[in-house]
Amino acid sequence: MKMQAIEAKKSHAIRNSRSDSVFYFFVYAVLIFLTIIVLYPLIYILSSSFSSSHAVSSGKVVLFPVEFSIDGYKRVFAYSRVWTGYKNTIIYTLLGTAINVVMTMTCAYPLSRRGLPHKGFFTFLFSFTMIFSGGLIPTYLQVKDLGLLNNIGAMVLPGAMAVYQMVLARTFIANTIPEDLIESSKLDGCSDHRFFIQFVLPLSKAVIAVIALQYAVGHWNSYFDAMIYLQNNKLYPLQIFLREILVMSQMDSSDFMDEDTAVAIQGMAELIKYALIVVSTAPILCLYPFLQKYFVKGVMMGSLKG
Amino acid sequence: MLMRLRKKYKNWLPLYLYLIIPIVYIILFKYVPMAGLQLAFKKFKILGGIWGSPWVGLKNFERFFNSYQFTTVVTNTLTLSLYSIFAGFPFPIIFALLLNCVEKARIKKTVQTITYMPHFISTVVLVGMILQICNPNSGLVGKISMLLTGSKGTDIMATTGGFTNLFVWSGVWQNFGWDSIMYLAALTAVDVQQHEAAQIDGASRFQRVLHVDLPAILPTITIMLIMRMGSVMSVGFTKIYLMQNDLNLAASEVISTYEYKRGLANAGSTDFSLSTAIGLFNSCINLIMIVLVNAICRKVSETSLW
Repeated sequence: MKMQAIEAKKSHAIRNSRSDSVFYFFVYAVLIFLTIIVLYPLIYILSSSFSSSHAVSSGKVVLFPVEFSIDGYKRVFAYSRVWTGYKNTIIYTLLGTAINVVMTMTCAYPLSRRGLPHKGFFTFLFSFTMIFSGGLIPTYLQVKDLGLLNNIGAMVLPGAMAVYQMVLARTFIANTIPEDLIESSKLDGCSDHRFFIQFVLPLSKAVIAVIALQYAVGHWNSYFDAMIYLQNNKLYPLQIFLREILVMSQMDSSDFMDEDTAVAIQGMAELIKYALIVVSTAPILCLYPFLQKYFVKGVMMGSLKG
Repeated sequence: MLMRLRKKYKNWLPLYLYLIIPIVYIILFKYVPMAGLQLAFKKFKILGGIWGSPWVGLKNFERFFNSYQFTTVVTNTLTLSLYSIFAGFPFPIIFALLLNCVEKARIKKTVQTITYMPHFISTVVLVGMILQICNPNSGLVGKISMLLTGSKGTDIMATTGGFTNLFVWSGVWQNFGWDSIMYLAALTAVDVQQHEAAQIDGASRFQRVLHVDLPAILPTITIMLIMRMGSVMSVGFTKIYLMQNDLNLAASEVISTYEYKRGLANAGSTDFSLSTAIGLFNSCINLIMIVLVNAICRKVSETSLW
C-alpha cells in the first residue's frame, strides 16, 4: 500500500514537474526575498558598527563594513553608564527570573492537582487579572505605597508572576504527571511537599526551561517599569540608557572617560548608536538559535487549552 | 460532619500553603490596584490618598470625553490597531504555507531561525534601528532618496503618515516569522494521505496548498483572527511612545500614551484622577471585547479562552 503511494508520488511528480517547478521557483524566490528583508537591516547595523565614523556619517556603508574600525565599540565600552546598565540588567534578569520561576511553579502545582477544593475559585482569582487590571495609576500608587519606588523591588516584584505562564505550567503538570503516580507515592508515605520536589520539578524541566526563557527575555527587554518606578541613574537598566541614547539622542559627555572623547562625540554619535544596538542585542540573538526549540515550545504550549 | 470537613481540608492543607504567597502577590499587585480604580470617580488629594479623596461622580470621564484630544486618541488607537491587524495578519499565514512546501529540513530550519530573530529585539532597540535607518542624513532611507531624486529627502518620522506606516510595517517585519509558528505546527498535523490522494488525482503542489493545506489550517486562522480582534483597543504602548515626536503627535497619540502623559510623565502637571479614568475607560472596552470574542470563539469552534 505504502509502496504504491510512493510509486504514485513518483509518477505524478514527473507528470506535474513543469507547473510544480514554476511553483517551487516562486516559493524559493519569496522565501529568499523575505529572509533578505529580515536579515538586511540586521547586517546593515552590524556592518555600520564596524565602520569608521566618517564612512557612517557620509553614508558609504551598504552591505559590508567600510574602512573597518572598532572605534564605536571602544567608545561604547568607555561609556561608564553602559556598564552600569548592563550590570543592572543582568541583576534584574537573574533575580527577576528566579522569583518568577519559583512563584509560577509553586502556584501551578496546587492548581494542577485534581480534587483540590475550591480550585475553580482560585483559578478564577488568578485568571481574572489577565483580562482586567487596575491600570497605570492605581498600580503606580500601590507600588509607591509599598515603598518600592527607586528600589530594586520595583523591578522584580510587581511582575513576580505572569498568570499566563502559570496557566501554561499548570496545564503541563496536569497533563504530564499521572494521577496514579501521586496516589501510589502517597501510599508510600510521600508528602505533597516531597512529591513536588522529587517528582514534579524534575519532570517539569521542559516547561521550566520554556517559562524561564520567556521571563528572562521579558526582563532583558523591558524598560517601562524602570521608566516609571526608578529615578536613580545607578539603578537604571540597559534599556533606559538605550532609550536615552538611541531614541532621545541624549549623551552625557561627562560620562566619557576623557575630554578628547567628549569632543569627538558629535562625529561619533551615529557610530556609537550602531555599536550600542549590537552590544545590547548580541547576547540574545547569539544565544537564541541554541534555545530556539524551547521558545517555539512555549508558543505551542500556550495554544493548549488549560 | 465537622470532623469530616476538617479532615478533608487537612489533607489539602500543604497544597493551600503553596498558594499563600501567590495569592498575597496577586492581591497586593493586582486586586488592590483594581480597588484603586475608584480614583476614576474621585478627585485625588495627596493627603487623603486614594481612599480619602472626595467623590466627584463621573466628572473625570466627562473631562476626558469633552477634551479636544478625545476623538484624536480614540481614532488613532483604532487606526493603528486595525491597520496592524489587517497588514500583519496575512503574512505569517502565507509565509507558513510557503515554508511548508520546502522539503529540505536544513533550509527550512535556517529560514525559520533567521525570520524568528527580530522577535527577540527589544522595542527600544527596534525603534533605535528605525530611527537610524530612516535618518535623512546618514541612514539608509536618506541614501536611497539621494540615489533616486538627488536630494536628501524628508524625515519620515516627522510626518504623520510616515509614523503610521513605519509603526505597522516594522511590526510586520518583527513578527511575521514568529507568528507563523502556530500555523507551521498546524500544517505538520495535515494528513499525508490527503496529499497523496490529491497527487493521484493530479493536483499540482500549488493546488494542494490551496485545497489541502489551507483548509487544514483554516480553524487555526479563524481562532487567531478572532483573538487578535479581542485586543483591538490595546496597541502596544511602549513602541508608540518611543516612536512619538512633536511632529507626528497628531497620528501617534493613543489612549495609553495619553493616559501616561496625563498621569505620570510630567511631574508638575499630573492628574491621577483623569489618568485613572482614561485607563478604566480603556480597560472596560478591552474587557467587553475579550468577553465578546470569547463568546464568538465558542460559537465558531470548540476552542475558547475559558
